[in-house]
Amino acid sequence: MKTILTAKQLSITVDRLCHQLIENHLNFENTVLLGLQPRGVWLGNHIYTKLKTLLPGTNIQYGKIDITFYRDDFNKKGKSILVPNETAINFTIENKRVVLIDDVLYTGRSTRAALDAMMDFGRPSSVELLALIDRRFSRELPIQADYVGRTVDAIITENVRVLWTERDGRDEVVLE
Amino acid sequence: MSLSVKHLLGIRDLTRQDIELIFQTADQFKEVLQRPIKKVPTLRDTTIVNVFYENSTRTRISFELAEKRLGADVINFSASGSSVSKGETLIDTVHNILSMKVDMVVMRHSASGAPHFLSRHIDVPIVNAGDGINEHPTQALLDAFSIREKLGSVEGKKIAICGDIMHSRVALSNIYALKKLGAEVTVVGPPTLIPKHLADALGVNVTYSIREALEWADVANVLRIQLERQNMPLFSSLREYSLAYGVTRQLLNSLKKEVIIMHPGPINRGVELDSNVADGNESIILQQVENGVAIRMAALYLLSGRKIN
Repeated sequence: MKTILTAKQLSITVDRLCHQLIENHLNFENTVLLGLQPRGVWLGNHIYTKLKTLLPGTNIQYGKIDITFYRDDFNKKGKSILVPNETAINFTIENKRVVLIDDVLYTGRSTRAALDAMMDFGRPSSVELLALIDRRFSRELPIQADYVGRTVDAIITENVRVLWTERDGRDEVVLE
Repeated sequence: MSLSVKHLLGIRDLTRQDIELIFQTADQFKEVLQRPIKKVPTLRDTTIVNVFYENSTRTRISFELAEKRLGADVINFSASGSSVSKGETLIDTVHNILSMKVDMVVMRHSASGAPHFLSRHIDVPIVNAGDGINEHPTQALLDAFSIREKLGSVEGKKIAICGDIMHSRVALSNIYALKKLGAEVTVVGPPTLIPKHLADALGVNVTYSIREALEWADVANVLRIQLERQNMPLFSSLREYSLAYGVTRQLLNSLKKEVIIMHPGPINRGVELDSNVADGNESIILQQVENGVAIRMAALYLLSGRKIN
């Protein structure tokens, strides 16, 4: 097991991603954040909390989107059925600038499913993707992130895991 | 996580974990049904046939909606107006439908055990939409789901099942589901409509007094008198049944507490349930119908991933 980001580095990276978001979206007047269930939501929670401390008094809209029903590997050989997670979008995304948030961008298939899921809620004016870890060279679809925490070269048998204190007892990103 | 069964033939075969998995999945489908676009593409490569050998309004529409909202292709088959009247057997009928590349079967039949029999001869998942006087699993699931939604949980709650217990597949499926989820169940009705030894066999309480049952219960699930399944007189008249066992506004007002009223439909207004009770504040009858679609989406979704042999 190899550490990609320590707790300190992870915190700095999340801070940087927040500043990059502010640079592009200023006061988030017409922007909404969507965390991808299940793992992207943990990162989304951190980013949402940090943005609120950086922009006190600003109303930032943040929701969670589940992609289980939109996956392209449903009912395929060797795949067991997936239990869906909560979708919570209590605002409209029609004509909004959407930022999708996921922890690891790998094949791009989750992002594809998230795009489809999101479109069922309305037609955003634009969509951006934020990924904490970008496993480049592993893409199976033409999808790239607009905001990247750290780029990692990992082979297919390796697994990138993002650990959060509130769920795993410590903040760290590891390659195993 | 996945279901422990390949077919949904009855609640009897399910574990508590299965039921909770179906509820957890139905919670998410319920959210899908609140969206502007109430449809997901999950089963877009699946074709489902609804085989109905017996009449139905709610169950059939509910299954069809559930299938369409999962993105599946749907075929409807009714025994009336088909080659069944020319003497085609159940297995032949279903084999012919399946040879046209159908992936799942939803079946209602007036013979108890018909879907169980069919499950030994075909290799696609079957969902029982009611078989004779045996089981109606999706109805029991949506009933328990509605209780959970209204009261927070099913565990420890007191449920009275009222009326024609003998001929009701809803009663049997409900008893299995509620007991598995840790509820207490009392059945109430005329002695002629409650099977002997039911208390010992299924661990339910039996009473013949509707007032006693309602005094005790948090929820009353009131059933229809199944005249179509009764081939001998089991009570003297519908009027007498209604006087002795009908749930009226007067009866509910005389209780010390509120009882939630459920009914699987179709209601015989003025027989088992008065109109002002069926449409009253304590009634969750239409919520039951609404939840039916989410429950059936969950059952179809979880079964569609099961490979059979």
